[in-house]
Amino acid sequence: MKVSLFITCMCDIFSPHVGKHTVELLERFGCEVDFPSQQTCCGQPAFNSGYLTESKVAMKQMMRAFKDAEYVVGPSGSCVGMIREYPKIFAHDPEWREEAEKLASKSYEITQFLVNVLGVKDVGSTFEGKVTYHPSCHMTRILGVKNEPITLLKHIKGIELKELPIKEDCCGFGGTFAVKNSVISSEMASEKSEHVSETEAEYLVGGDMACLMNIGGRMQREGKKVKTLHITEILNHRE
Amino acid sequence: MTLKISDLSYEERVQEGIENDFMRQAVASAQGRFRSGRETRAEEIGNWEDWRALGEEIRRHTLNNLDYYLEQLSDEVSKRGGHVFFAEKAEDANAYIQDIVKKKKAKKVVKSKSMVTEEIGLNQALEEVGADVVESDLGEWILQLDDDPPSHIVTPALHKNKEQIRETFAKKRGYTKSEKPEELALFAREQLREEFLSCDIGITGCNFAVAESGAITFVTNEGNARMVTTIPDTQITVMGMERIVPTWEELDILVSLLTRAAVGQKITSYVTAITGTRLAGETDGPEEFHLVIVDNGRSKILGTEFQSTLHCIRCAACINVCPVYRHIGGHAYNSIYPGPIGAVLSPLLDGYESHQELPYASTLCGACTEVCPVKIPLHELLILHRKKMVEEEKMSPKLEQLAMKGYAKWASNAAAYKMGAALARPALKPWIRQETIKKGPGPLKEWTVNRDFPAPAKETFRAWFKKRNKEAPHHDEDL
Ligand code: SF4
Repeated sequence: MKVSLFITCMCDIFSPHVGKHTVELLERFGCEVDFPSQQTCCGQPAFNSGYLTESKVAMKQMMRAFKDAEYVVGPSGSCVGMIREYPKIFAHDPEWREEAEKLASKSYEITQFLVNVLGVKDVGSTFEGKVTYHPSCHMTRILGVKNEPITLLKHIKGIELKELPIKEDCCGFGGTFAVKNSVISSEMASEKSEHVSETEAEYLVGGDMACLMNIGGRMQREGKKVKTLHITEILNHRE
Repeated sequence: MTLKISDLSYEERVQEGIENDFMRQAVASAQGRFRSGRETRAEEIGNWEDWRALGEEIRRHTLNNLDYYLEQLSDEVSKRGGHVFFAEKAEDANAYIQDIVKKKKAKKVVKSKSMVTEEIGLNQALEEVGADVVESDLGEWILQLDDDPPSHIVTPALHKNKEQIRETFAKKRGYTKSEKPEELALFAREQLREEFLSCDIGITGCNFAVAESGAITFVTNEGNARMVTTIPDTQITVMGMERIVPTWEELDILVSLLTRAAVGQKITSYVTAITGTRLAGETDGPEEFHLVIVDNGRSKILGTEFQSTLHCIRCAACINVCPVYRHIGGHAYNSIYPGPIGAVLSPLLDGYESHQELPYASTLCGACTEVCPVKIPLHELLILHRKKMVEEEKMSPKLEQLAMKGYAKWASNAAAYKMGAALARPALKPWIRQETIKKGPGPLKEWTVNRDFPAPAKETFRAWFKKRNKEAPHHDEDL
């Protein structure tokens, strides 16, 4: 099966290791992974800030970049969620509507792809440690991916999964919200950090690097030892 | 007209909220109760999503045919001896009600809970003509004694704890007992009983008006709306023009959604319907009944992309799940409509100028959209507001406009993107210590007040991938 990796600008620049784990995971399950180098950013920073015109040029670039892809898989619920919104955004644009629909229907977040397309439940990995999982908002509410990450994590050998209190609450990232409303944003991150501590987990795991950067940045500032990991880091973990 | 409740700036209000530990504890625990209540009730009713879809359909149908149903309602109310007044603006509604007060030489007006009368500033208008106004909803009464605005649309005194309420009662009404809720409630009941018995006019809000019968319905837990609509001879109901259902059947569905979504109850203690005046041969009902239907900017929303905002049944489920509201409380929104629905509705009723921070007071987490019992896409409407403010109102900061223009150039061209991505680390180099930025420049400054920020990686993913695939390149074209 041919899979085109959608790295997301965030992982491209800040967390390339997440991309490596994603590629290795996909290859482990027999996918042939390519990287369409014309890809940039999904458009979300501009779209969510109200700059529709600016976001659309980014979206068009993405549609061009992945035109020939069979499947598009990315390590972010939020960015893949954005792509899945393209059909709505281009609904009245005869030139791009079809492309938007095509791209949306072949795009998947990595855990969603593993579970729902490849039919994998047990990736066969081992990870020793106490782990709590933060379900990021766009992953669960926009993309609708709730159970897939848990299914995969539950099958990891050695893992001790701890339920995060009020896990569905946003961590406070929210793109430009984190800067425009930084006071509120950091209060939200602090509460999340408290909840992580309550679980006594050593690792906070999530499917969106932006949220992990926010919670992790807060925990680090508080001097906590909890490590943040992208879910692919656990799924691809070998002894 | 203004929905505003304070003259402080947004930043000041947010700070006040965040520093108010009492309020935050009260809000967090109330949110906890409401959320689990709503979830249990939603599960219990089964196929909650089908119910929501039905709720949405009913609201959409009603709004698409609002003219028809308003006329029907108005005819039915008139048939039953009521007077109907359409108020285009807040002032029109207030003037009409002031007139009644003057004609009746009323000294005391008792009200049951109503957000729309808060919206139009009715209490002040009544005081202007010399009437003594008493709020009879427990939460509203507490706030009235304290001269404090509501912070929530269902439980207006949510931000107060029982100790604070005891203090208010003691200071304002000579209360001497403990902060036990039962004792507090009993005291309020005794005090309010006096008010009911001595009032001249009763004013209510309206949860839903039933067009087919001209009935006005109230969904309450305290029973005060029954007192307001039973004792005084003159009764006035004030309703937003969208608060209407075609028949009892739709009412049934919407009330089921409302009580479950609002407070996690299958049904409230009282669901009351009143129909017009006492007609010949009838034994009860008021001598005079007025229905004031308030537009106040609503008809401008009809037919626009924001129409679904008028679907709102004021259950506050969106407020109860909102993590931003959780930390700043209702007053920080500086509108009598706080939380997600307030952030969408306030700029529509009152203009962007007065509420320009509200569309941005959200992380767009979508929790509101997920719970709304009539499926209002609240977070999408917030984005739509932002878009209007950016593209039509041109209200966004110049620097942001420039940054977004830059973003568009960067994200629409892979070569520019690649260069920008590679430059991120060198550009931030002076601030990087041990792969972390503790005090960042520009927009990062705000971020790094309370959080660390990671350094961009030494090598981008695409650079790594290209190297990895050197020996066996796939179809990725070189840049
Ligand atoms: S917007 Fe929806 S959830 Fe919020 S108060 Fe209105 S009906 Fe309830």
